[in-house]
Amino acid sequence: MAELTYREAVAEGIAQEMRRDEDVVFLGEDIGAAGGVFKATVGLLKEFGPVRVRDTPISEQAILGAAMGSAMTGLKPIAEIMFSDFLAVCWDIVANEIAKARYMTGGQMSMPLVIRTANGGGSRFGAQHSQSVENWAMMVPGLKVVAPSTPADVKGLLAAAIRDPDPVMFFEQKSLYPIKGEVPDGELVDELGTAKVLRDGDDVTICALAAMVPRAIQAAEILSSEHGIEATVVDLRSLVPLDTKTILRETAKTGRLVTVEENPRLCGWGAEVASIVADENFWDLDGPVIRITTPHIPLPAADELEDATMPSADRIVREVSEKID
Amino acid sequence: MAEASKPKSVGKKSKTSTRKRSSKSSADAVQLISYYSDMLLIRRFEERAGQMYGMGLIGGFCHLYIGQEAVVVGMQGAIDDRDAVVTSYRDHGHMLACGMDPKGVMAELTGRIGGYSKGKGGSMHMFSKEKKFYGGHGIVGAQVPIGTGLAFAAKYKGTDGVSLTYLGDGAVNQGQVHEAFNMAELWDLPVIYVIENNRYGMGTSVDRASAAKDLYRLGEPFGIPGEQVDGMDVLTVRKAADKAVKHCREGKGPYILEMMTYRYRGHSMSDPAKYRTKEEVAEMREQHDPITNLSKIIVDAGKKSEEELKEIDKKVRAIVSEAAEFAQESPEPAPSELYTDVLVEA
Ligand SMILES: Cc1ncc(C[n+]2csc(CCOP(=O)(O)OP(=O)(O)O)c2C)c(N)n1
Ligand SMILES: [Mg+2]
Repeated sequence: MAELTYREAVAEGIAQEMRRDEDVVFLGEDIGAAGGVFKATVGLLKEFGPVRVRDTPISEQAILGAAMGSAMTGLKPIAEIMFSDFLAVCWDIVANEIAKARYMTGGQMSMPLVIRTANGGGSRFGAQHSQSVENWAMMVPGLKVVAPSTPADVKGLLAAAIRDPDPVMFFEQKSLYPIKGEVPDGELVDELGTAKVLRDGDDVTICALAAMVPRAIQAAEILSSEHGIEATVVDLRSLVPLDTKTILRETAKTGRLVTVEENPRLCGWGAEVASIVADENFWDLDGPVIRITTPHIPLPAADELEDATMPSADRIVREVSEKID
Repeated sequence: MAEASKPKSVGKKSKTSTRKRSSKSSADAVQLISYYSDMLLIRRFEERAGQMYGMGLIGGFCHLYIGQEAVVVGMQGAIDDRDAVVTSYRDHGHMLACGMDPKGVMAELTGRIGGYSKGKGGSMHMFSKEKKFYGGHGIVGAQVPIGTGLAFAAKYKGTDGVSLTYLGDGAVNQGQVHEAFNMAELWDLPVIYVIENNRYGMGTSVDRASAAKDLYRLGEPFGIPGEQVDGMDVLTVRKAADKAVKHCREGKGPYILEMMTYRYRGHSMSDPAKYRTKEEVAEMREQHDPITNLSKIIVDAGKKSEEELKEIDKKVRAIVSEAAEFAQESPEPAPSELYTDVLVEA
């Protein structure tokens, strides 16, 4: 076991796959010489050279288009979109091209590519650099959607994403980059579409993703010590495929579901989870589903305002303890 | 690499200095002094913003304009209140040049209610309808079609207004920039695309990012005239701006000005700027600083003494201090502000 930061785990995951497979190439803005604006790709240019690790112009459509073209013809590109907000600049390639290629070609084309991006708020970057857009990706058929919360999951899921024959949108939460965690030594390849139960409790099941996972765990500890409420915490890790088996099993066990989402409320992924649970587990539920989200507003820049938007451990504790007894 | 990416106009400076001297002496004293104090205001404002960032009073992104002051000040000199301005996230200088209140700009940086966007926009997202400053945009290149739209409305309404649309050397590699160029020429829109070539887009130098060597020629396929300009010299900028504005006002369509300039600081506050040498930065500061060079011209021509220029600096510093105080005293926005201005009705 080695202790790595979330950002180091990104570079490790990419390096592990580039070492074993020459077809893996990596492209993006300032990923090479600069090591990434979040320093998540330090060392890759040095190890793999400028032919495989390519700094690009500020041309997101060209980056993803090139990734797609090369994926159709035998490469396994990893493309970085520096901030997930900029996916809007190249959404055509994502939503109309990459996502639909396998289907529209009657299965002739595989799309073994990964789009990595820094997602989410908490850094005072304002409305155009802070959005949590994993739900945008979830809405488009033909994409896989992953959002890890720990360094070990970053490495293992990134490796799995690179090996996957389908396009994977890989959302790294930017405020998590400095966090540390144990990562198993040696080759690490996780399984896409699997949730993890991180804490076991009988009273309520909290489903969370990415930066909301550590907050949900913190909230669960407070709920236990101060309110006598024992929460199960599920880290979804992946929205597509969604591990409905684990979600349904864990909700049936406690009879209550709470989702903690960073995306704005309308059409957030929690709504989908709530709908699945309502469909499949209705008679196991003991009360209404609680959705905790960012309000349906653009993210403000000012610190106090931004802090007031993203679900905090305190807010989770408050909402859960008020609505569950 | 430093040599290869050296802006041609800056390098040529000494060769054209006699010609410039004559244009300089023809500029009247009042104008020279106003350029001087306008550039100094931006410089001092940005230095203060940098300090306040270091003290934790400003958070998030903060992109300083230090080194590039001659560009906006020279351009602004050529326009009037019919004209609109739009730029990227490196926007503090543009706002001050547009006559926006330094207090409101600084208070936006500190995230206070007295800021131009009530603290909700931050450094990259500020606007003033009154001053016809249309942002402040965080998505590289997005302001270019938007600026084209400003020109479309001006032409449609017959205001004779021109749109000054600023973009960086890195931004020219966005597809939407070229879509906008085509539309602007196709429809003869009165827009000046001011490419601020400060040689780097984040950590990537122009020659590593752009296959085109001369960015002022990027409009050529569409028939947009372009010019490369020494953006470190405010008088040269002004002259080029006059010409471009005249072109637009005469209904001849868009114009491209490539301003060869330099940013002294890192891309944003967190950038140690390891992709360039200290010598390169020092050379620009020492040989080509727009403010130092203008002060020499003013003093040499006997328009003002060094003492008098110091007085101007004092006044500028006082304005900046007042802005900094305001930015710290203005209250934090109330939590209820979160839900205002999402749509007309909260
Ligand atoms: C569409 C998009 N891609 C990438 C970025 C990240 N980014 C912000 S500024 C920047 C560099 C822009 O360089 P340039 O256009 O030269 O402007 P300068 O910063 O030098 O003023 C990049 C890559 C962004 N904000 N938007
Ligand atoms: Mg630049």
